[in-house]
Amino acid sequence: MQAIISVSNLSKTYASGHQALRDVSLEIAPGEILALLGPNGAGKTTLISIVCGIVNASAGSVTVGGHDIRKGYRVTRSMIGLVPQELTLGAFETVWNTLCFSRGLFGKKPDPVYLEQLLRDLSLWDKKDNVLMSLSGGMKRRVLIGKALSHEPTVLFLDEPTAGVDVELRKDMWALVERLRQSGVTIILTTHYIEEAEAIADRVGVINKGELLLLDDKQALMHKLGKRQLIIELEAPVGELPESLDTWKLERSSDGRQLVYTYDPHIDDTGINGLLQAITESGLVVKDLQTTQSSLEDIFVSLVRADA
Amino acid sequence: MNTQAIRVIYKYEMLRAWETLLQSFVSPVLSTSLYFVVFGSAIGSRIQQVEGVPYGAFIVPGLIMLALLTHSITNASFGIFFPRFTGTIYEVLSAPISFVEILIGYVGAAATKSLIIGLIILATAGFFVPLEIAHPLWMAGFLILTCISFSLFGFIIGLWADNFEKLQLIPLLVITPLVFLGGSFYSVNMLPPAWQTVTLFNPVVYLISGFRWSFFEVSDVSVGISLFMVLAFLALCLLVVGWMFKTGYRLKQ
Repeated sequence: MQAIISVSNLSKTYASGHQALRDVSLEIAPGEILALLGPNGAGKTTLISIVCGIVNASAGSVTVGGHDIRKGYRVTRSMIGLVPQELTLGAFETVWNTLCFSRGLFGKKPDPVYLEQLLRDLSLWDKKDNVLMSLSGGMKRRVLIGKALSHEPTVLFLDEPTAGVDVELRKDMWALVERLRQSGVTIILTTHYIEEAEAIADRVGVINKGELLLLDDKQALMHKLGKRQLIIELEAPVGELPESLDTWKLERSSDGRQLVYTYDPHIDDTGINGLLQAITESGLVVKDLQTTQSSLEDIFVSLVRADA
Repeated sequence: MNTQAIRVIYKYEMLRAWETLLQSFVSPVLSTSLYFVVFGSAIGSRIQQVEGVPYGAFIVPGLIMLALLTHSITNASFGIFFPRFTGTIYEVLSAPISFVEILIGYVGAAATKSLIIGLIILATAGFFVPLEIAHPLWMAGFLILTCISFSLFGFIIGLWADNFEKLQLIPLLVITPLVFLGGSFYSVNMLPPAWQTVTLFNPVVYLISGFRWSFFEVSDVSVGISLFMVLAFLALCLLVVGWMFKTGYRLKQ
Protein backbone atom coordinates (compact mmCIF):
# COMPACT_ATOMS: atom_id res chain seq x y z
CA MET A 1 0.00 0.00 0.00
CA GLN A 2 1.33 3.42 -0.93
CA ALA A 3 2.30 5.55 2.04
CA ILE A 4 0.07 8.55 2.67
CA ILE A 5 3.02 10.45 4.15
CA SER A 6 6.57 9.89 3.04
CA VAL A 7 9.43 11.73 4.72
CA SER A 8 12.86 11.40 3.10
CA ASN A 9 16.14 12.52 4.63
CA LEU A 10 14.52 15.48 6.32
CA SER A 11 16.79 17.90 8.17
CA LYS A 12 16.15 21.24 9.79
CA THR A 13 18.65 23.69 11.18
CA TYR A 14 17.19 26.89 12.61
CA ALA A 15 18.79 30.31 12.11
CA SER A 16 20.14 30.04 15.66
CA GLY A 17 22.21 27.05 14.53
CA HIS A 18 20.13 24.55 16.47
CA GLN A 19 19.73 21.37 14.46
CA ALA A 20 16.20 20.22 15.20
CA LEU A 21 16.02 17.32 12.73
CA ARG A 22 18.79 15.12 11.37
CA ASP A 23 18.17 13.08 8.27
CA VAL A 24 14.78 11.75 9.32
CA SER A 25 13.04 9.29 7.00
CA LEU A 26 9.77 7.53 7.63
CA GLU A 27 6.63 6.38 5.89
CA ILE A 28 3.12 6.40 7.27
CA ALA A 29 0.42 4.12 5.90
CA PRO A 30 -3.14 5.33 5.30
CA GLY A 31 -5.44 4.81 8.27
CA GLU A 32 -2.77 4.06 10.83
CA ILE A 33 -2.12 5.78 14.14
CA LEU A 34 1.53 6.66 14.62
CA ALA A 35 2.75 7.93 17.97
CA LEU A 36 5.94 9.96 18.06
CA LEU A 37 7.59 9.85 21.42
CA GLY A 38 10.43 11.99 22.56
CA PRO A 39 11.57 14.35 25.29
CA ASN A 40 11.14 18.12 25.06
CA GLY A 41 13.12 19.61 22.18
CA ALA A 42 13.50 16.24 20.47
CA GLY A 43 12.21 17.58 17.13
CA LYS A 44 8.66 16.21 17.13
CA THR A 45 6.94 19.56 16.64
CA THR A 46 9.48 20.63 14.02
CA LEU A 47 8.74 17.48 12.03
CA ILE A 48 4.99 18.12 12.19
CA SER A 49 5.43 21.81 11.38
CA ILE A 50 7.42 21.03 8.24
CA VAL A 51 4.82 18.58 6.96
CA CYS A 52 2.05 21.13 7.62
CA GLY A 53 3.94 24.00 5.92
CA ILE A 54 4.61 26.13 8.99
CA VAL A 55 8.38 25.60 9.00
CA ASN A 56 10.68 25.32 5.98
CA ALA A 57 12.91 22.26 5.80
CA SER A 58 16.66 22.74 5.40
CA ALA A 59 17.04 19.51 3.42
CA GLY A 60 15.04 16.48 2.37
CA SER A 61 11.55 16.06 1.02
CA VAL A 62 8.05 15.23 2.18
CA THR A 63 5.12 13.95 0.18
CA VAL A 64 1.52 13.71 1.34
CA GLY A 65 -0.80 11.58 -0.75
CA GLY A 66 1.96 11.38 -3.35
CA HIS A 67 2.25 15.18 -3.69
CA ASP A 68 5.32 17.18 -2.73
CA ILE A 69 4.47 19.55 0.15
CA ARG A 70 6.12 22.49 -1.63
CA LYS A 71 5.05 22.05 -5.24
CA GLY A 72 1.65 20.61 -4.42
CA TYR A 73 1.01 22.53 -1.21
CA ARG A 74 -2.64 23.20 -2.02
CA VAL A 75 -3.40 19.48 -2.31
CA THR A 76 -1.26 18.36 0.63
CA ARG A 77 -2.47 21.00 3.05
CA SER A 78 -6.10 20.33 2.10
CA MET A 79 -5.58 16.78 3.30
CA ILE A 80 -4.08 17.76 6.65
CA GLY A 81 -5.60 18.92 9.92
CA LEU A 82 -3.35 20.16 12.71
CA VAL A 83 -4.03 20.41 16.42
CA PRO A 84 -1.18 22.47 17.82
CA GLN A 85 0.49 21.93 21.15
CA GLU A 86 -0.33 25.36 22.57
CA LEU A 87 -3.88 26.60 23.16
CA THR A 88 -3.56 29.07 20.30
CA LEU A 89 -7.01 30.51 19.90
CA GLY A 90 -8.44 33.96 19.46
CA ALA A 91 -10.32 35.49 22.34
CA PHE A 92 -13.43 37.26 21.18
CA GLU A 93 -14.92 35.17 18.38
CA THR A 94 -17.50 32.47 19.04
CA VAL A 95 -16.88 28.73 18.79
CA TRP A 96 -19.13 28.55 15.73
CA ASN A 97 -17.42 31.43 13.93
CA THR A 98 -13.94 30.10 14.56
CA LEU A 99 -14.88 26.73 13.07
CA CYS A 100 -16.44 28.43 10.03
CA PHE A 101 -13.26 30.47 9.65
CA SER A 102 -11.06 27.36 9.74
CA ARG A 103 -13.24 25.53 7.22
CA GLY A 104 -13.20 28.51 4.88
CA LEU A 105 -9.41 28.84 5.08
CA PHE A 106 -9.17 25.37 3.61
CA GLY A 107 -11.35 26.39 0.68
CA LYS A 108 -14.45 24.55 1.83
CA LYS A 109 -17.87 26.08 1.52
CA PRO A 110 -19.92 26.41 4.73
CA ASP A 111 -21.56 23.16 5.83
CA PRO A 112 -23.63 23.83 8.95
CA VAL A 113 -24.82 20.21 9.15
CA TYR A 114 -21.28 18.81 9.26
CA LEU A 115 -20.08 21.45 11.72
CA GLU A 116 -23.05 20.84 14.00
CA GLN A 117 -22.31 17.12 14.08
CA LEU A 118 -18.64 17.85 14.74
CA LEU A 119 -19.48 20.10 17.67
CA ARG A 120 -21.88 17.49 19.03
CA ASP A 121 -19.18 14.81 18.77
CA LEU A 122 -16.86 17.08 20.72
CA SER A 123 -19.56 17.89 23.31
CA LEU A 124 -19.34 21.54 22.32
CA TRP A 125 -22.71 22.08 20.65
CA ASP A 126 -24.16 23.89 23.66
CA LYS A 127 -21.12 26.20 23.62
CA LYS A 128 -21.35 27.15 19.95
CA ASP A 129 -22.28 30.77 20.69
CA ASN A 130 -19.80 31.20 23.54
CA VAL A 131 -16.77 33.39 22.97
CA LEU A 132 -13.51 31.47 23.12
CA MET A 133 -12.09 33.35 26.08
CA SER A 134 -14.96 32.12 28.25
CA LEU A 135 -14.11 28.44 27.71
CA SER A 136 -12.13 26.20 30.03
CA GLY A 137 -8.76 24.80 29.00
CA GLY A 138 -10.26 21.40 28.16
CA MET A 139 -12.95 22.98 26.01
CA LYS A 140 -10.38 25.10 24.19
CA ARG A 141 -8.44 21.94 23.45
CA ARG A 142 -11.60 20.43 21.96
CA VAL A 143 -12.23 23.57 19.92
CA LEU A 144 -8.73 23.20 18.47
CA ILE A 145 -9.56 19.64 17.49
CA GLY A 146 -12.82 20.87 15.98
CA LYS A 147 -10.96 23.51 13.96
CA ALA A 148 -8.52 20.89 12.71
CA LEU A 149 -11.38 18.61 11.65
CA SER A 150 -13.58 21.37 10.25
CA HIS A 151 -12.39 20.82 6.68
CA GLU A 152 -12.71 17.01 6.86
CA PRO A 153 -9.00 16.13 6.61
CA THR A 154 -7.73 12.65 5.83
CA VAL A 155 -4.57 13.14 7.88
CA LEU A 156 -4.66 14.54 11.39
CA PHE A 157 -1.65 15.73 13.37
CA LEU A 158 -2.15 15.92 17.10
CA ASP A 159 0.76 17.67 18.77
CA GLU A 160 0.57 16.62 22.40
CA PRO A 161 -3.23 16.72 22.41
CA THR A 162 -3.67 15.63 25.99
CA ALA A 163 -0.95 17.73 27.61
CA GLY A 164 -2.39 19.23 30.76
CA VAL A 165 -5.88 17.77 30.43
CA ASP A 166 -7.63 15.69 33.06
CA VAL A 167 -7.94 11.93 32.90
CA GLU A 168 -11.58 11.98 31.80
CA LEU A 169 -10.91 14.29 28.87
CA ARG A 170 -7.86 12.25 27.92
CA LYS A 171 -10.01 9.13 27.72
CA ASP A 172 -12.59 11.06 25.66
CA MET A 173 -9.85 12.10 23.26
CA TRP A 174 -8.61 8.54 22.92
CA ALA A 175 -12.16 7.50 22.06
CA LEU A 176 -12.38 10.30 19.51
CA VAL A 177 -9.09 9.22 17.95
CA GLU A 178 -10.41 5.68 17.68
CA ARG A 179 -13.59 6.92 15.98
CA LEU A 180 -11.53 8.97 13.54
CA ARG A 181 -9.37 5.98 12.75
CA GLN A 182 -12.47 3.92 12.04
CA SER A 183 -13.58 6.61 9.60
CA GLY A 184 -10.28 6.20 7.75
CA VAL A 185 -8.33 9.19 9.07
CA THR A 186 -4.58 8.74 9.42
CA ILE A 187 -3.41 10.07 12.77
CA ILE A 188 0.05 11.14 13.83
CA LEU A 189 0.32 12.17 17.43
CA THR A 190 3.20 13.34 19.53
CA THR A 191 3.02 12.70 23.20
CA HIS A 192 4.92 12.60 26.44
CA TYR A 193 2.47 10.09 27.85
CA ILE A 194 3.71 6.64 27.09
CA GLU A 195 0.43 5.09 28.14
CA GLU A 196 -1.24 7.18 25.45
CA ALA A 197 0.92 5.66 22.75
CA GLU A 198 0.50 2.24 24.32
CA ALA A 199 -3.28 2.62 24.39
CA ILE A 200 -4.03 3.95 20.93
CA ALA A 201 -1.06 3.74 18.54
CA ASP A 202 -0.43 1.13 15.87
CA ARG A 203 3.19 2.12 15.45
CA VAL A 204 5.58 4.00 17.65
CA GLY A 205 8.50 6.21 16.68
CA VAL A 206 11.04 7.51 19.14
CA ILE A 207 12.79 10.80 18.37
CA ASN A 208 15.63 12.23 20.35
CA LYS A 209 17.96 15.11 19.48
CA GLY A 210 16.42 15.34 16.02
CA GLU A 211 17.07 11.70 15.13
CA LEU A 212 14.50 9.01 14.64
CA LEU A 213 15.92 6.34 16.91
CA LEU A 214 13.31 3.76 16.24
CA LEU A 215 10.09 3.20 14.33
CA ASP A 216 8.21 -0.03 14.69
CA ASP A 217 4.90 -1.70 15.20
CA LYS A 218 3.94 -1.22 18.82
CA GLN A 219 3.42 -4.90 19.57
CA ALA A 220 6.55 -5.92 17.67
CA LEU A 221 8.52 -3.29 19.52
CA MET A 222 7.39 -4.53 22.88
CA HIS A 223 8.03 -8.06 21.71
CA LYS A 224 11.55 -7.22 20.55
CA LEU A 225 12.62 -4.95 23.32
CA GLY A 226 10.20 -5.82 26.07
CA LYS A 227 11.71 -7.74 28.92
CA ARG A 228 9.90 -9.66 31.57
CA GLN A 229 10.69 -9.77 35.24
CA LEU A 230 10.07 -12.52 37.76
CA ILE A 231 9.57 -11.09 41.24
CA ILE A 232 10.26 -13.62 43.96
CA GLU A 233 8.94 -12.75 47.39
CA LEU A 234 10.72 -14.51 50.21
CA GLU A 235 9.29 -15.80 53.47
CA ALA A 236 12.12 -14.15 55.40
CA PRO A 237 14.51 -11.35 54.43
CA VAL A 238 17.86 -12.36 53.06
CA GLY A 239 21.17 -10.55 53.55
CA GLU A 240 23.95 -11.72 51.22
CA LEU A 241 22.78 -13.86 48.34
CA PRO A 242 24.30 -17.34 48.10
CA GLU A 243 27.00 -17.68 45.41
CA SER A 244 24.95 -20.42 43.77
CA LEU A 245 22.50 -17.74 42.59
CA ASP A 246 25.13 -15.54 40.91
CA THR A 247 24.34 -17.02 37.47
CA TRP A 248 20.92 -15.31 37.38
CA LYS A 249 22.15 -11.79 38.26
CA LEU A 250 19.33 -11.24 40.70
CA GLU A 251 18.44 -7.82 42.09
CA ARG A 252 17.68 -7.77 45.79
CA SER A 253 15.21 -5.26 47.26
CA SER A 254 16.48 -3.00 50.03
CA ASP A 255 14.50 -4.86 52.68
CA GLY A 256 15.84 -8.18 51.40
CA ARG A 257 12.36 -9.64 50.96
CA GLN A 258 12.24 -9.55 47.17
CA LEU A 259 14.48 -10.91 44.45
CA VAL A 260 14.00 -9.72 40.88
CA TYR A 261 15.07 -11.82 37.89
CA THR A 262 14.98 -10.17 34.45
CA TYR A 263 14.69 -12.54 31.51
CA ASP A 264 13.88 -12.72 27.83
CA PRO A 265 10.50 -14.43 27.45
CA HIS A 266 11.09 -15.23 23.77
CA ILE A 267 13.88 -17.78 24.20
CA ASP A 268 13.31 -21.46 24.98
CA ASP A 269 15.22 -21.63 28.23
CA THR A 270 14.25 -18.62 30.29
CA GLY A 271 16.27 -19.91 33.25
CA ILE A 272 13.28 -19.82 35.59
CA ASN A 273 13.27 -23.55 36.36
CA GLY A 274 16.95 -23.58 37.24
CA LEU A 275 16.58 -20.45 39.35
CA LEU A 276 13.70 -21.81 41.40
CA GLN A 277 15.60 -25.05 41.94
CA ALA A 278 18.73 -23.16 43.02
CA ILE A 279 16.71 -21.01 45.44
CA THR A 280 15.19 -24.10 47.04
CA GLU A 281 18.60 -25.77 47.32
CA SER A 282 20.06 -22.67 48.94
CA GLY A 283 17.49 -22.94 51.72
CA LEU A 284 15.51 -19.80 50.89
CA VAL A 285 11.72 -20.14 51.20
CA VAL A 286 9.56 -18.63 48.46
CA LYS A 287 6.35 -16.98 49.67
CA ASP A 288 5.00 -15.68 46.35
CA LEU A 289 5.87 -15.31 42.64
CA GLN A 290 4.87 -12.60 40.22
CA THR A 291 5.83 -11.67 36.64
CA THR A 292 5.70 -8.23 34.99
CA GLN A 293 6.09 -7.15 31.35
CA SER A 294 8.21 -4.05 30.76
CA SER A 295 6.12 -1.18 29.44
CA LEU A 296 6.66 1.08 26.46
CA GLU A 297 7.83 3.67 28.94
CA ASP A 298 10.69 1.40 30.04
CA ILE A 299 11.64 0.89 26.41
CA PHE A 300 11.45 4.62 25.69
CA VAL A 301 13.52 5.55 28.73
CA SER A 302 16.18 2.97 27.92
CA LEU A 303 16.41 4.17 24.30
CA VAL A 304 16.68 7.83 25.21
CA ARG A 305 19.22 7.09 27.93
CA ALA A 306 21.29 5.04 25.53
CA ASP A 307 21.26 7.96 23.09
CA ALA A 308 22.23 10.54 25.73
CA MET B 1 -7.39 30.55 -6.40
CA ASN B 2 -8.71 29.85 -2.90
CA THR B 3 -11.45 32.49 -2.97
CA GLN B 4 -13.17 30.92 0.00
CA ALA B 5 -10.09 31.57 2.14
CA ILE B 6 -9.83 35.17 0.95
CA ARG B 7 -13.50 35.61 1.76
CA VAL B 8 -13.21 34.30 5.34
CA ILE B 9 -10.07 36.31 6.12
CA TYR B 10 -11.73 39.43 4.72
CA LYS B 11 -14.99 38.74 6.56
CA TYR B 12 -13.21 37.97 9.82
CA GLU B 13 -11.22 41.20 9.67
CA MET B 14 -14.29 43.27 8.80
CA LEU B 15 -16.20 41.59 11.62
CA ARG B 16 -13.48 42.69 14.03
CA ALA B 17 -14.01 46.30 12.99
CA TRP B 18 -17.77 45.90 13.30
CA GLU B 19 -17.45 44.52 16.82
CA THR B 20 -15.39 47.57 17.78
CA LEU B 21 -17.70 49.98 16.00
CA LEU B 22 -17.08 52.92 18.30
CA GLN B 23 -13.34 52.66 18.02
CA SER B 24 -13.33 51.84 14.31
CA PHE B 25 -15.79 54.28 12.81
CA VAL B 26 -17.27 56.65 15.38
CA SER B 27 -13.94 57.80 16.80
CA PRO B 28 -12.60 59.11 13.44
CA VAL B 29 -15.81 61.08 12.95
CA LEU B 30 -15.44 62.64 16.39
CA SER B 31 -11.78 63.54 15.91
CA THR B 32 -12.49 65.01 12.46
CA SER B 33 -15.27 67.13 13.90
CA LEU B 34 -12.84 68.38 16.53
CA TYR B 35 -10.33 69.29 13.82
CA PHE B 36 -13.03 71.29 12.07
CA VAL B 37 -13.93 73.07 15.29
CA VAL B 38 -10.28 73.91 16.07
CA PHE B 39 -8.83 74.49 12.61
CA GLY B 40 -11.93 75.40 10.64
CA SER B 41 -13.56 77.74 13.12
CA ALA B 42 -10.70 79.07 15.23
CA ILE B 43 -7.98 79.38 12.58
CA GLY B 44 -10.38 79.58 9.65
CA SER B 45 -11.83 82.81 11.04
CA ARG B 46 -8.38 84.41 10.63
CA ILE B 47 -7.42 82.76 7.31
CA GLN B 48 -10.32 83.37 4.97
CA GLN B 49 -9.02 81.62 1.87
CA VAL B 50 -6.02 79.62 0.67
CA GLU B 51 -5.39 79.76 -3.07
CA GLY B 52 -8.99 80.80 -3.60
CA VAL B 53 -10.46 77.97 -1.52
CA PRO B 54 -12.23 78.70 1.81
CA TYR B 55 -9.91 77.50 4.59
CA GLY B 56 -12.50 75.15 6.12
CA ALA B 57 -12.88 73.35 2.80
CA PHE B 58 -9.14 73.53 2.04
CA ILE B 59 -8.24 71.33 4.99
CA VAL B 60 -10.77 68.58 4.14
CA PRO B 61 -8.45 66.56 1.81
CA GLY B 62 -5.63 66.79 4.38
CA LEU B 63 -7.90 65.62 7.17
CA ILE B 64 -9.12 62.70 5.09
CA MET B 65 -5.52 61.76 4.23
CA LEU B 66 -4.50 62.00 7.88
CA ALA B 67 -7.23 59.54 8.81
CA LEU B 68 -6.64 57.28 5.80
CA LEU B 69 -2.93 56.93 6.42
CA THR B 70 -3.10 56.30 10.15
CA HIS B 71 -6.09 53.95 9.94
CA SER B 72 -4.77 52.00 6.94
CA ILE B 73 -1.50 51.38 8.74
CA THR B 74 -3.07 50.60 12.10
CA ASN B 75 -5.75 48.28 10.70
CA ALA B 76 -3.41 46.31 8.48
CA SER B 77 -0.54 46.08 10.95
CA PHE B 78 -2.80 44.93 13.79
CA GLY B 79 -4.62 42.50 11.48
CA ILE B 80 -1.48 40.45 10.81
CA PHE B 81 0.40 41.19 14.04
CA PHE B 82 -2.34 39.91 16.34
CA PRO B 83 -2.44 36.34 14.93
CA ARG B 84 1.36 36.31 15.04
CA PHE B 85 1.27 37.48 18.64
CA THR B 86 -1.35 34.93 19.75
CA GLY B 87 0.10 32.12 17.63
CA THR B 88 -3.09 31.61 15.61
CA ILE B 89 -1.14 32.44 12.45
CA TYR B 90 -0.28 28.72 12.31
CA GLU B 91 -3.72 28.11 10.89
CA VAL B 92 -3.24 30.51 7.97
CA LEU B 93 0.25 29.18 7.27
CA SER B 94 -0.92 25.56 7.24
CA ALA B 95 -3.94 26.26 5.00
CA PRO B 96 -3.90 25.72 1.22
CA ILE B 97 -3.63 29.41 0.56
CA SER B 98 -0.99 31.36 -1.35
CA PHE B 99 0.73 34.44 0.01
CA VAL B 100 -1.07 36.57 -2.59
CA GLU B 101 -4.39 35.32 -1.26
CA ILE B 102 -3.33 36.05 2.32
CA LEU B 103 -2.40 39.56 1.22
CA ILE B 104 -5.68 40.15 -0.59
CA GLY B 105 -7.63 39.03 2.48
CA TYR B 106 -5.81 41.08 5.10
CA VAL B 107 -4.85 44.15 3.06
CA GLY B 108 -8.20 44.19 1.26
CA ALA B 109 -10.05 44.31 4.58
CA ALA B 110 -7.77 46.99 6.03
CA ALA B 111 -8.10 49.11 2.87
CA THR B 112 -11.89 48.70 2.89
CA LYS B 113 -12.11 49.86 6.50
CA SER B 114 -9.95 52.90 5.72
CA LEU B 115 -12.00 53.67 2.66
CA ILE B 116 -15.19 53.60 4.73
CA ILE B 117 -13.56 55.90 7.29
CA GLY B 118 -12.46 58.26 4.49
CA LEU B 119 -15.97 58.41 3.10
CA ILE B 120 -17.46 58.94 6.56
CA ILE B 121 -15.07 61.84 7.15
CA LEU B 122 -15.93 63.28 3.75
CA ALA B 123 -19.62 63.11 4.64
CA THR B 124 -18.92 64.61 8.08
CA ALA B 125 -16.99 67.46 6.44
CA GLY B 126 -20.04 68.16 4.33
CA PHE B 127 -21.89 69.18 7.50
CA PHE B 128 -19.28 71.81 8.34
CA VAL B 129 -18.27 73.28 4.99
CA PRO B 130 -19.75 73.39 1.48
CA LEU B 131 -17.86 70.84 -0.62
CA GLU B 132 -17.58 70.37 -4.35
CA ILE B 133 -15.43 67.70 -5.91
CA ALA B 134 -14.00 68.86 -9.23
CA HIS B 135 -12.75 65.45 -10.34
CA PRO B 136 -14.69 62.68 -8.54
CA LEU B 137 -12.97 59.84 -10.42
CA TRP B 138 -9.50 61.17 -9.59
CA MET B 139 -10.62 61.66 -6.00
CA ALA B 140 -11.86 58.05 -5.82
CA GLY B 141 -8.65 56.86 -7.50
CA PHE B 142 -6.40 58.67 -5.03
CA LEU B 143 -8.56 57.50 -2.15
CA ILE B 144 -8.42 53.84 -3.16
CA LEU B 145 -4.73 53.86 -4.11
CA THR B 146 -3.79 55.51 -0.81
CA CYS B 147 -5.87 53.02 1.18
CA ILE B 148 -4.24 50.06 -0.58
CA SER B 149 -0.67 51.43 -0.48
CA PHE B 150 -0.73 52.34 3.18
CA SER B 151 -2.53 49.16 4.16
CA LEU B 152 0.31 47.31 2.44
CA PHE B 153 2.74 49.45 4.39
CA GLY B 154 0.85 48.62 7.58
CA PHE B 155 1.00 44.93 6.70
CA ILE B 156 4.79 45.25 6.41
CA ILE B 157 4.92 46.89 9.85
CA GLY B 158 2.70 44.14 11.26
CA LEU B 159 5.14 41.53 9.98
CA TRP B 160 8.20 43.46 11.10
CA ALA B 161 7.02 44.35 14.60
CA ASP B 162 7.75 41.86 17.34
CA ASN B 163 6.06 43.82 20.10
CA PHE B 164 3.24 46.31 20.57
CA GLU B 165 5.62 49.24 20.95
CA LYS B 166 7.11 48.71 17.50
CA LEU B 167 3.62 48.38 16.11
CA GLN B 168 2.79 51.92 17.23
CA LEU B 169 6.23 53.38 16.56
CA ILE B 170 5.93 54.26 12.86
CA PRO B 171 2.30 55.48 12.82
CA LEU B 172 2.89 57.75 15.80
CA LEU B 173 6.46 58.91 15.31
CA VAL B 174 6.75 58.95 11.52
CA ILE B 175 3.40 59.07 9.74
CA THR B 176 1.54 61.59 11.92
CA PRO B 177 4.37 64.21 11.81
CA LEU B 178 4.76 63.69 8.06
CA VAL B 179 1.05 64.28 7.50
CA PHE B 180 0.97 67.37 9.71
CA LEU B 181 4.07 68.75 7.96
CA GLY B 182 2.88 67.63 4.53
CA GLY B 183 0.45 70.46 3.87
CA SER B 184 -2.65 69.02 5.50
CA PHE B 185 -3.61 72.36 7.01
CA TYR B 186 -1.70 74.78 4.78
CA SER B 187 -0.40 75.18 1.28
CA VAL B 188 3.28 74.46 0.78
CA ASN B 189 3.43 77.77 -1.14
CA MET B 190 2.74 79.57 2.15
CA LEU B 191 6.13 78.42 3.49
CA PRO B 192 9.44 80.29 3.05
CA PRO B 193 11.29 79.07 -0.11
CA ALA B 194 13.87 77.06 1.83
CA TRP B 195 11.18 75.16 3.75
CA GLN B 196 9.26 74.57 0.54
CA THR B 197 12.29 72.68 -0.81
CA VAL B 198 12.62 70.69 2.41
CA THR B 199 8.91 69.87 2.37
CA LEU B 200 9.19 68.36 -1.10
CA PHE B 201 11.21 65.52 0.48
CA ASN B 202 8.11 64.59 2.46
CA PRO B 203 6.28 61.94 0.39
CA VAL B 204 2.95 62.76 2.03
CA VAL B 205 3.01 66.20 0.32
CA TYR B 206 2.42 64.47 -3.01
CA LEU B 207 -0.51 62.46 -1.67
CA ILE B 208 -2.27 65.44 -0.15
CA SER B 209 -1.49 67.68 -3.11
CA GLY B 210 -2.92 65.26 -5.65
CA PHE B 211 -5.92 64.52 -3.51
CA ARG B 212 -6.59 68.23 -2.96
CA TRP B 213 -6.31 68.85 -6.70
CA SER B 214 -9.12 66.35 -7.29
CA PHE B 215 -11.32 68.53 -5.05
CA PHE B 216 -10.37 72.10 -5.90
CA GLU B 217 -7.97 71.94 -8.86
CA VAL B 218 -5.27 73.56 -6.72
CA SER B 219 -2.09 71.69 -5.88
CA ASP B 220 1.43 72.16 -4.56
CA VAL B 221 2.94 69.80 -7.15
CA SER B 222 1.56 68.57 -10.45
CA VAL B 223 -1.08 65.86 -10.26
CA GLY B 224 0.99 63.62 -12.55
CA ILE B 225 3.87 63.64 -10.08
CA SER B 226 1.44 62.95 -7.23
CA LEU B 227 0.02 59.94 -9.04
CA PHE B 228 3.51 58.69 -9.90
CA MET B 229 4.58 58.96 -6.25
CA VAL B 230 1.54 57.01 -5.02
CA LEU B 231 2.11 54.29 -7.60
CA ALA B 232 5.84 54.19 -6.81
CA PHE B 233 5.08 53.77 -3.11
CA LEU B 234 2.58 51.02 -3.92
CA ALA B 235 5.17 49.23 -6.06
CA LEU B 236 7.81 49.57 -3.34
CA CYS B 237 5.46 48.11 -0.72
CA LEU B 238 4.58 45.22 -3.04
CA LEU B 239 8.26 44.50 -3.57
CA VAL B 240 8.97 44.49 0.17
CA VAL B 241 5.95 42.28 0.94
CA GLY B 242 6.96 39.95 -1.89
CA TRP B 243 10.44 39.62 -0.41
CA MET B 244 9.01 39.03 3.07
CA PHE B 245 6.78 36.24 1.82
CA LYS B 246 9.50 34.69 -0.32
CA THR B 247 11.93 34.53 2.57
CA GLY B 248 9.26 33.75 5.18
CA TYR B 249 10.46 36.79 7.14
CA ARG B 250 8.97 36.66 10.66
CA LEU B 251 6.40 34.16 9.41
CA LYS B 252 8.21 30.91 8.76
CA GLN B 253 11.40 29.69 10.34
